[in-house]
Amino acid sequence: MDVVTMLSQLGKGMLTTGEIFILTLLFSLPLGLVLSFGRMAKNGVLRTVTKLYISVMRGTPLMLQLLVVYFAPFYLFGMKISSSYRIVAVIIGFVLNYAAYFAEIYRAGIESIPVGQYEAAKILGYSKGKTFFRIILPQVIKRILPPVTNEVITLVKDTSLAFVLAVTEMFTIAKQIAAAEKSMLAFVAAGIFYYVFNLLVAFVMEKIEKKLSYYR
Amino acid sequence: MNLLEINHMQKSFGALEVLKDISLSVKEGEVVSIIGPSGSGKSTLLRCATLLEQMDKGDLIYLEHYAAREAEGKSIYAKKGELKQIQKYFGLVFQNFNLFPHFTVIKNVTDALITVDKVSKEEARERGEKLLSQLGLLEKANAYPFQLSGGQQQRVSIARALALQPKILFFDEPTSALDPELTGEVLKVIKELAKEKMTMIIVTHEMQFAKELSDRIIFMEDGVIQEQGTPEEIFASQNERVQNFIGKF
Repeated sequence: MDVVTMLSQLGKGMLTTGEIFILTLLFSLPLGLVLSFGRMAKNGVLRTVTKLYISVMRGTPLMLQLLVVYFAPFYLFGMKISSSYRIVAVIIGFVLNYAAYFAEIYRAGIESIPVGQYEAAKILGYSKGKTFFRIILPQVIKRILPPVTNEVITLVKDTSLAFVLAVTEMFTIAKQIAAAEKSMLAFVAAGIFYYVFNLLVAFVMEKIEKKLSYYR
Repeated sequence: MNLLEINHMQKSFGALEVLKDISLSVKEGEVVSIIGPSGSGKSTLLRCATLLEQMDKGDLIYLEHYAAREAEGKSIYAKKGELKQIQKYFGLVFQNFNLFPHFTVIKNVTDALITVDKVSKEEARERGEKLLSQLGLLEKANAYPFQLSGGQQQRVSIARALALQPKILFFDEPTSALDPELTGEVLKVIKELAKEKMTMIIVTHEMQFAKELSDRIIFMEDGVIQEQGTPEEIFASQNERVQNFIGKF
């Protein structure tokens, strides 16, 4: 196999990697916010349930969670698993897992906003919803960007875990090529792909941070 | 008509009785200063009056509208919608300004007008700019709070409160976070407001200022109003505690 063929195959895998990456962020970022509300809820039951959920999601391997999501419909409900469910299971698994991490990041951010901001908004007549979305959340986003960047970079690398469900993302393909060609080259190329991807992520996040640096 | 009336207000935090039995009323155009040592309950009184804190017992009445009414030994608060209306009667200037850091000065002043009171953007901007120019801050309209001095920030927060045209303006130690020089510029603004007959209730440690400005001074200690009267009466008080406290300044 020549280098061009190899790179084009890895490139195809990269598309799947990108798909997992984007869909995970798209769903886990909002879900994380909802979970953080549960985690900070006045209702004790809701708070405990969310806390337990986050604890399990952070305390068990993502690879195991992917397998559970994939096989659960069969073992629990006796449903037949189609192969097209693989990528769906990967996305569900990633979203459920990353939302737990994001929830704690949101919580840290929300709890770091001085209570005076809420009080000023209340005196000025802002409703609870307006207070949160106009006054609190914009400040939270600015504060949580560095830890979110951390998670996003980890996500890029974690997408390689999709290989356990034989989803043909880049790492799965790299492994196949390496085995077939008896060569390290595909791994080196994959490593470079991930690294460049993350350089891009870091660059974009830095741009966003800069954009939000107009106030302190 | 009294703009504000408080009857037998009581407030405890756990076992700690912070306000024991506070009654006071404020008429239109009156400037009332509340003085007293730390821990005397001044700030709690202000927080209960501005609905940031719920009192345990007593009535709280704005312009004859009951925000809370005592029944069967505890304060029963009005419904949410009613409280929202009552909330429009007053504004509060905080010790730490509590400006919104991500909004420009003009947006700090006008955002509530636009998003809460549904005033048009143009009218809100006009009102905001007028207030800012009165307070000598027009050239800072597009600056962010972090770019301003403490005194400027406090003046912006006064403008923000005034923009909603409250009937009563509360001040919670408005100059305690400022150095003497900056204190002066904020006190000047408050004096201007007094001249315009703005009704104000000011918790302060600035004795000279309270003396010059107030129609009435209230001295609080241990959760009760120990003495109240005109500045002359308070500064000539025979009450030993009042004398001691004022003498320290």
